[in-house]
Amino acid sequence: MLRLIGRRLLAAAPGLAGVIVVTFLLTRALPGDPAAFFAGPAATREAIEEIRRSLGLDKNLTVQFGLYVRDLTRGDLGKSLTTGQPVRSDLISRLPASLELTACGLLLAVALPLGVLAATRPGSWVDHLCRMLTTAGVSLPIFFTGLLLVYIFYFLLGWAPAPLGRLDAFISPPRSITGFFLVDAVLGGDFGEIGAILRQLALPAITLGLFAMAPIARMTRAAMLGVLSSDFIRTARASGLDRRTVLVTYAFRNAMLPVVTTLGMVFSFLLGANVLVEKVFAWPGIGSYALEALIVSDYAPVQGFILTMASLYVLLNLLIDVLYGVIDPRARIEA
Amino acid sequence: MTALLRHGRYVLGENPVTGLAFALFVLLVVLAAAGPWLVPYDPLASNTAEALKPPSHAHWFGTDQLGRDLLSRVVVATRLDLTISICAVMIAFAVGSAAGVTGGFYGGWTDRLIGRVLDTIMAFPLFVLAMGIVAALGNTVANIVYATAIINVPFYARLARSEVMVRREAGFIEAARLAGNRGPRILAMHLFPNCLPPMMVQISLNLGWAILNAAGLSFIGLGVRPPTPEWGIMVAEGAAFIVSGEWWIGLFPGAALMLAVFCFNLLGDGLRDLIDPRRRT
Repeated sequence: MLRLIGRRLLAAAPGLAGVIVVTFLLTRALPGDPAAFFAGPAATREAIEEIRRSLGLDKNLTVQFGLYVRDLTRGDLGKSLTTGQPVRSDLISRLPASLELTACGLLLAVALPLGVLAATRPGSWVDHLCRMLTTAGVSLPIFFTGLLLVYIFYFLLGWAPAPLGRLDAFISPPRSITGFFLVDAVLGGDFGEIGAILRQLALPAITLGLFAMAPIARMTRAAMLGVLSSDFIRTARASGLDRRTVLVTYAFRNAMLPVVTTLGMVFSFLLGANVLVEKVFAWPGIGSYALEALIVSDYAPVQGFILTMASLYVLLNLLIDVLYGVIDPRARIEA
Repeated sequence: MTALLRHGRYVLGENPVTGLAFALFVLLVVLAAAGPWLVPYDPLASNTAEALKPPSHAHWFGTDQLGRDLLSRVVVATRLDLTISICAVMIAFAVGSAAGVTGGFYGGWTDRLIGRVLDTIMAFPLFVLAMGIVAALGNTVANIVYATAIINVPFYARLARSEVMVRREAGFIEAARLAGNRGPRILAMHLFPNCLPPMMVQISLNLGWAILNAAGLSFIGLGVRPPTPEWGIMVAEGAAFIVSGEWWIGLFPGAALMLAVFCFNLLGDGLRDLIDPRRRT
């Protein structure tokens, strides 16, 4: 297993290198003057020249790339003009909010084995529900789903709190240990606090969950239908194995393989959707941080955000590979 | 001509949903083409006396915070949204299929180089990459088109490559070569046309996604600027009023967006069934 992980890490290296090159090119080689960007709209010509020198932009592209990589290895992502803080510390303080949201959304999507239920009872109400949810999940813009949920559960029913961030403004956040409010609150053991956090988290997490569930349920259903009609399942049933064993041990494990393969695409969409959901719910994660910076053309935070997201995505793909190895012994032997 | 019509009727009879999707598509095209002449009000004219009015007989979709008629805005926006996504998909199709067929046909280092570039695009979460591209190139509608095109290129390239790979050694290619055709000619005249059917399905499925993507970008404030009517930015404008109960400002443009995506997805599914009956679900 460790060898597999090591090998996959090596295989992920070129991808990561590509990501670094592209983020570099996005800032430097494209039309538009980054020095003017960093200097702001009101800067004089001399000020822009000065910034150009201090950023090393007067040197040629290869030297600049070297400097950029050197800064990256030191963990230096530049400074944000809007917050005045180093981008790295900004990102670190806001990353838990995004991760908490994405993880909860994904957990919601995975926890409901809708695809499995639909495949075992084709044509039943579960199947129809599954088809409805997957169609809605692919056709509804995620920001629109979020707003609909806010309208129904906040304005009409009053069940959910206002969509304004991770915690009500009048409640102080839990003592920070991990930065994940939910984990911190559980560690603190205050049930009122846990409830308040969950209430804020519910709608954005459900929005993301619905979005992630659509492709997962669709794939699961198709894969389960395929597996359930195969010979080895018929043999297992004919041998008198109980329904549960046939479904879980035999069918589910085999059906998971194509589903895990498509998880990569799901993660790609999920990380992008995260930005939109953060905007709808004023969630103080790295997505809304990047958006605030985008509006004022503050490039360093945007660049840091893209790098963080791409690294996260590479890590998630690594996780998928490992998961694949766990489910399918053949993948382990090949590695 | 009659044979074509008969075939069309057969196809629609086979799957009425595809017929519905096609009707919806025609409606969208008509609205995009003739929208500005069909609407009852000027989509940009504000009228503060009529601001934030719910749907009524005079304003079917209600009015927004500046008293602009939402029906007119939603209809007029069709053209911009469709143009952005269709242009993006066309560029992605042209670049992607050219790269894909070249890589698949010549193989070797050409293929590896193209593959590397595509892998690099796919190493990003795609929407995030699109955000970065628009932020770097500048905040314009044209750049939304380019960004959406770039993130769609890998899908076409991979499809075209695999389609060419399976046909590269086929008998009719061998025959064309023996008849004295050169590589580029074989590629363009014999291989590429044979790869088109699955690519068309991909285009249709992709259009829906391209619309969502472009609307997402304008929702976060990239590209399209107010007061231009565009579905994504209109939903963003409506977002502020959802919490105070003015649901119609965000709902109607969002519903239009959903309908367009839905239409392209159904159309794509229908086309796929038509071309490859085995993949029917």
